[in-house]
Amino acid sequence: MSNSQAAAISRFSWPRFDKLGVLIAAIALGGVVLPFMLFRANRIVLGEPRAIFSALPVPEAGVLALLLAAGMLIALLRFKPALKLAASLTILVALFVLVGRSAYFLTPPDDNFARVSPGAGFWLLVFAFALLAADALTRLRLKPWPRIGILALVALAIGVLLASGSLNGVSTLKEYATRADRFWSEAQTHVLLAFGSVLIATIVGVPVGIISFRLPKLRAALLNVLNIVQTIPSIALFGLLIAPLAWIAATVPGAAAIGISGIGVAPALVALFAYSLLPVVSNTIVGLQSVPETANDAAKGMGMTGAQRMGWVELPLAFPVILTGIRIVLVQNIGLTTIAALIGGGGFGVFIFQGISQTAMDLVLLGAVPTVVLAFAAAVVLDAFVEMTSTGGQP
Amino acid sequence: MIEIEAITKTYDLTTVVDQVTITIEPGSVCAVVGTSGSGKTTLLRMINRLVEPTSGAIRIDGEDTSTIHAYELRRRIGYAIQGHGLFPHRSVGQNIATVPKLLGWDKEKTKARVTELLELFQLDPAQFRDRLPRELSGGQQQRVGVARALAAKPNILLMDEPFGALDPVIRAKAQEDLLSIQRQFKTTIVLVTHDMEEAIHLGDRIAVMDEGKLLQYASPQQIISKPATPFVAELIGTGDRPFKLLSLARVGKYVEPGSAEGDPIDVGATLRDAYAELLWSGRAALPVSEKGQLIGKITLDQLSSHARPQ
Repeated sequence: MSNSQAAAISRFSWPRFDKLGVLIAAIALGGVVLPFMLFRANRIVLGEPRAIFSALPVPEAGVLALLLAAGMLIALLRFKPALKLAASLTILVALFVLVGRSAYFLTPPDDNFARVSPGAGFWLLVFAFALLAADALTRLRLKPWPRIGILALVALAIGVLLASGSLNGVSTLKEYATRADRFWSEAQTHVLLAFGSVLIATIVGVPVGIISFRLPKLRAALLNVLNIVQTIPSIALFGLLIAPLAWIAATVPGAAAIGISGIGVAPALVALFAYSLLPVVSNTIVGLQSVPETANDAAKGMGMTGAQRMGWVELPLAFPVILTGIRIVLVQNIGLTTIAALIGGGGFGVFIFQGISQTAMDLVLLGAVPTVVLAFAAAVVLDAFVEMTSTGGQP
Repeated sequence: MIEIEAITKTYDLTTVVDQVTITIEPGSVCAVVGTSGSGKTTLLRMINRLVEPTSGAIRIDGEDTSTIHAYELRRRIGYAIQGHGLFPHRSVGQNIATVPKLLGWDKEKTKARVTELLELFQLDPAQFRDRLPRELSGGQQQRVGVARALAAKPNILLMDEPFGALDPVIRAKAQEDLLSIQRQFKTTIVLVTHDMEEAIHLGDRIAVMDEGKLLQYASPQQIISKPATPFVAELIGTGDRPFKLLSLARVGKYVEPGSAEGDPIDVGATLRDAYAELLWSGRAALPVSEKGQLIGKITLDQLSSHARPQ
């Protein structure tokens, strides 16, 4: 057999599998097997599972089944990332639209107590195809702006879906409907706490990092203290701050008037700030340490003063690393802010803790899902910024 | 003129530079040679006060450098280092414009100077001005580093192993470029190197240092023919002393009237090149040409008499 024959035969060998795709297809298969929806007669009883074909009218269920089969095949085999992205986004949109359809389909007419919520199968399917989309996006190696653009498109799609009312039959949105005003005021508090604490940590942490970079003795002591703060369990730190802040509010004139008190927003902000300080300070120091020695020597040798060196050479070169620190604390704080609800600080945590105490998982999701979405969006945007500012780097 | 007088640098108990006295004539190239740890870099860095001397004085054109603010002094002195030290986040144009910007030159003047320097170093301004250093080859980065050091037209240029990171072919080209620029602008250059070959090639005077002490400060001819200590002799190496000596002179100076067989050699070639050609082609004399015209010959006897101490 000649070489060309061998090559021809090898061209017609088995189609090649995508390794991650095998995993994604397996997860999706699990999603198909597990119940697509849960039906409950009221919000606190246990749910009855509904599979795809009993959760949707037959035509829609058929379309979904075909889409899922095609999606799994595309995930499984080696196709171009763009095709995988298109397939996964189409399926994600279909899943969310059909969950809304199913909620109306399963709810008996004029029944205000019945709750229909997505089941484990739905969440696994969303996870599988979100993974496929994320993998495809990574392989496309998009530049920062297109990535932010895609994020904006996804946000727009979610907004349109919610505004259209097609999801209003889903249980979590029924919880939302009864407390819409509260939702938006807690959302505001959540954003204020998470972003505010990071902003203060940046304003304080970057100068502290610069100073301790210049003074090695201070650096060691300071990093130790911040490390210890970082190890205090978050609930404990929130609790520990109640006593001193209550004391300040009671004894310092005017402190109570500007909102300082033992419980509420003030201790939450202070605790989140304390957690943010270490990553910001240490990333500032690491960033400054990573400035190439030769660039610094040349800057000195050409007659830059200390301040000029900091402003023209050291800080710009350290900036991507500092921004990475800010990204870490922002994503961390968006999640951590949920605990602030325990000490009356507000935020999405309010719904999570209410939901837990009432064993109403729909209410827990009303707090958890926006938190995850917010953290994810912040990560994507800041990652893009970090990449945009890293044009320098090592020569 | 740079006058270095009994300069000493001591760290705790170690003396890094010990009572070094050197006078560097304006418009000349002084090569400081030594092994690592010899104190040559510290000596260089004391000239622009990146290292403060423990004792002694340095005068530039009669002015004591300790009386000037360190950063003002440094803006008047060009500084180029091994691995170029370009700012990785700044374009080639911005890198070169660093000192003019520090000195407060206006934009037009700075831009014109950047263009002039890029052309001088054979880098097309339209193509290179806005590139980042990492988009350049090693040789190009090194040229930008030297261009940046010369941006504010300093009288003095300090260079610390400027060609250390380059491969031999690019290094030879960079050395030639530096010499031609030095001749054109009469810049006083102090260049630190561990490579005696490079020192002989570039230096009008060579300062040999070891363990912080100045062993010999003399012209390349003297260093080769009359090394002051065994260490200097060792640095030169006895094996190719004659060839090093020959490499210092050009053919033009020793042309004799007459003619010879075979391909001619250019009048600008070194005696070493001529000697190599004579040996290789087995001739006793070479015709010498200047701009394509034969102007005489150079003989093996003539060369032999210049390959030993005069």
